[in-house]
Amino acid sequence: MLEGEDRARFEATVLPHLDAAFNLARWLLRNRTDAEDVTQDAVFRAFRAFGTYRSGNARAWLLQIVRNTCFTWLRQNRMAAEFMEFDETTMPQESENPETLAMAGSDREQLTRALELLPESFREILVLRELEGCSYKEIAEITSRPIGTVMSGLARARLQLRNSLSQPVSKEARRAV
Amino acid sequence: MPSEHSQTELHGYLDGELDAISAANFEKHLESCADCKKTLAAEEALRKSIQKANLYERAPESLRMSLLGKSEARSEVRQFPAPRAFPWRWLAVAAVFLFVALVGWNLLRRPFSLTDGQLMAASFVDAHLRSLQPGHLTDVESTDQHTVKPWFDGRIDFAPPVHDYASDGFPLLGGRLDVAGGRTVAALVYARRKHIVNVFVEKTQPQYSWTGSGEAQGYHWLAWQKDGFSFCAVSDVAPADLAQLQQLFLAQ
Repeated sequence: MLEGEDRARFEATVLPHLDAAFNLARWLLRNRTDAEDVTQDAVFRAFRAFGTYRSGNARAWLLQIVRNTCFTWLRQNRMAAEFMEFDETTMPQESENPETLAMAGSDREQLTRALELLPESFREILVLRELEGCSYKEIAEITSRPIGTVMSGLARARLQLRNSLSQPVSKEARRAV
Repeated sequence: MPSEHSQTELHGYLDGELDAISAANFEKHLESCADCKKTLAAEEALRKSIQKANLYERAPESLRMSLLGKSEARSEVRQFPAPRAFPWRWLAVAAVFLFVALVGWNLLRRPFSLTDGQLMAASFVDAHLRSLQPGHLTDVESTDQHTVKPWFDGRIDFAPPVHDYASDGFPLLGGRLDVAGGRTVAALVYARRKHIVNVFVEKTQPQYSWTGSGEAQGYHWLAWQKDGFSFCAVSDVAPADLAQLQQLFLAQ
């Protein structure tokens, strides 16, 4: 366990990235409540592993742990659910910020759904790139993939997102399958 | 039909991840390839709508509180178990000493570190104002990070990290040498819409390793540390814009 000085260092270097951690978890798990639990778990894991963190990119280091915690959680909790078709009516995507909802309205809703329908591997690089503003190098570090894979994945993720946005019907079609 | 290769290039270009030569090559390719031009426009539109939709979800306050609360609880638990026969009187005396020492140390330390930060911020804001006078903005005027970075070689005793963030809305305008707090610093100049942002870079000095943000004379400043460098961004843009630029620097 970390003693006083290390804990202060942890709170100063890692905790500032709590928003980034939560945002990634929220998009990977598609749910704020689960994201809160899993983020907390991931931060505790990071706390325990802080001895192995030397210096460098604290955000990437934390996000790597968050990502792995999310995938473990998904494997354990959603095995069955993943086989069921993802249905947005049973998973209302509440946003706790009514202001942004009112502002962006249906665009935001539509994008949220399209993003949530993407496969996880596509969703995570898009969230890291477009919402978190990570560089390719950071995404490669966080997802433990080569940069080339990140680049081509991003290209395909964006294409798929654009396609699903331009044909809202395909969602219905996919649900019917 | 765009090839797989140019598709990947296109995304690297969109994300500002191509080196200067590849970016120039891609721009040349773009002139003759209608498909790529169309795709690029579509990708840019997608990015804009993602940004407008404001999809980022911040951590709820309850999470932040519970994390901080838990780590505090942990330290209380550690201090708790004490043998019954413990000499409480001596412990009290030691606690008083410790308290006095801590308070005294903080009192001694705090005024200096505060004034340091404020002084530094004030001198950076002054330097920013100076730079806005005609002809003072840049010594090397280029939107190419590969022109700006080498320009500092031999003019200053460190190599400041120089990146163009045009794709994120902060195009690089150039760089110059400046003096702040009596020291020579590198200044990187970025545009943010119609505003100018100066990012001052110097080697972190133990006595000046300050971070923070504030306002002086109507300008915002934001200071941070990374990889042995101290950064201070100054501009009249909103603090959120400075924070975004800081994230771009931290992401490198």
